[in-house]
Amino acid sequence: MSNLIELYRDLILDHNKNPRNFGELQNATKSIEGVNPLCGDKLKLFLLLENDLIKDISFIGTGCAISVASASMMTENAKGLDVNQCLELYAMVHSMLIGKDEIDVERLGKIMALSGVKAYPSRVKCASLSWHALKQALSTNQLTASTE
Amino acid sequence: MKSIKKDFPILSKKVNGKRLSYLDNAASTQKPKAVIDALSHYEMNLHANVHRGIHRLSQEATYEYEKVREKIKNYIHAEQVDEIIYTKGTTESINLLATSLAKLYIHKNDEIVISTAEHHANIVPWQQACQITGAKLVVCPIDQNGDIELDAFNSLLSPRTKIVSISHISNVLGSINPIETMIKNAKKYGAITIIDAAQSIAHLPIDVTQLGCDFLTFSAHKIHGPTGTGILYGKYAHLTAMPPFMTGGDMIKTVSFEKTTFNSPPYKFEAGTPNISGVIGLGYAIDYLSQFSWDEKLNYENSLTKYLIESLSTIHGLRIIGNPSKRSAIASFVLDAAHPHDIATILDEHGVAIRAGHHCAMPLMEHLKLPATARASLSLYNDKEDIDQLCNAIEDTKRIFQ
Ligand SMILES: Cc1ncc(COP(=O)(O)O)c(C=O)c1O
Repeated sequence: MSNLIELYRDLILDHNKNPRNFGELQNATKSIEGVNPLCGDKLKLFLLLENDLIKDISFIGTGCAISVASASMMTENAKGLDVNQCLELYAMVHSMLIGKDEIDVERLGKIMALSGVKAYPSRVKCASLSWHALKQALSTNQLTASTE
Repeated sequence: MKSIKKDFPILSKKVNGKRLSYLDNAASTQKPKAVIDALSHYEMNLHANVHRGIHRLSQEATYEYEKVREKIKNYIHAEQVDEIIYTKGTTESINLLATSLAKLYIHKNDEIVISTAEHHANIVPWQQACQITGAKLVVCPIDQNGDIELDAFNSLLSPRTKIVSISHISNVLGSINPIETMIKNAKKYGAITIIDAAQSIAHLPIDVTQLGCDFLTFSAHKIHGPTGTGILYGKYAHLTAMPPFMTGGDMIKTVSFEKTTFNSPPYKFEAGTPNISGVIGLGYAIDYLSQFSWDEKLNYENSLTKYLIESLSTIHGLRIIGNPSKRSAIASFVLDAAHPHDIATILDEHGVAIRAGHHCAMPLMEHLKLPATARASLSLYNDKEDIDQLCNAIEDTKRIFQ
């Protein structure tokens, strides 16, 4: 059961129960939908971008504990970063989720709580959904991001 | 019925160090050793292309492959062997019907009736047929329990109704639909009736002659046979009239660059080299199941399903989705505490295999206002211990998510 304990750490369960930055952002300059067609998880990100800076960010949607907790942590971490920093963080989180070795544990900090996902290949998409949507929002004009 | 678990080698496997409780039978069933041995015997001793060779192996392979038609004919009580068409599965069977019937029979403003609780395989092909022909897709509602609303169904029928295509058993709710009545009523308007028997083929006796349906489809892998193989049953007169679906080798009588004449049914609908071993495996799967009487099978499954529902009902914070008047061996459920994917992951750690998600029935999920459900589905080889293991694992899920 140790994999399970790694997956559902207290921090994940807490973010699932009390997601941070949950709700619509009224003054958003950009919004994007993320869908996981495999399981029907759906979330919507709202970003308030000022020049290159993420002044504010929020999300709504439904999903499993992993996808909700991951989205919640993503918003906490992305807030205040500029676009390049966000994309860099995205790449780091992605590497962590798929179990790559060279990751900056210090930089990832509490996001490391999501690392238990790597033992569950079928759940990596749950954890990466919101990060994927963030990347899409910052790098394209698309309005939906899909994990497929 | 005495336990048949030992006939299925995979069921003695340990999963995550635990005894395997395989409760994902609505997605795919496991194969008995008899089927696995037959497949391996075929590959080692018989394989050659069918219908083509003069040589010994090809003749033997053809013989083994063709004799399965007779077994299927008997299993579903068709009138003729040439009413049995080999396909890749339910999905291909319905695509064949939708494509072929759209060319011949469906016109602008005709109506095609399905239900709210259909699998995508019995929705999307008809949507495509509607797009091509200008026909209209009409959806028969289900009630709060998950039963087809028969009054609504009857009032949807009219001379415009060209096709009625309905699942025998819902793969999400487990509801057994009143197909006898539905077929009879649809016939009054001359509609073509199609039964998606993917979920019923292993669980209920089927008699297409008595039912009077025009077509019936199922997949081998839901009845302990191989994947990539399925059946389309169709009344011979229709099969003669219908244009082919795919074209190429094996489905022709003569070909010249000016003109091709098609083979007669069922070959007209079987272009290309088929899944020979899949068909042979299906034959053995049917032989395996046929050693038990329907009385035996139904008694056992009904009592196990009752135990499943009773056990799930005692779990606080668990809601079973649907309460159909007649239920097959399927139960979908949700927990207050955890999302179905989280349930499935934790159950897996306990050796319990279930399905979580939309079960290829997104319109039904929309209707139920649920993003996903967890689903436990039984087979003859399951026992009470499997269900107890499921319930313990659900309790553990609640503990983690409390
Ligand atoms: C009711 C129903 N129809 C159709 C299908 C599709 O079957 P296949 O994927 O074998 O073609 C399924 C399989 O889940 C089903 O449950």
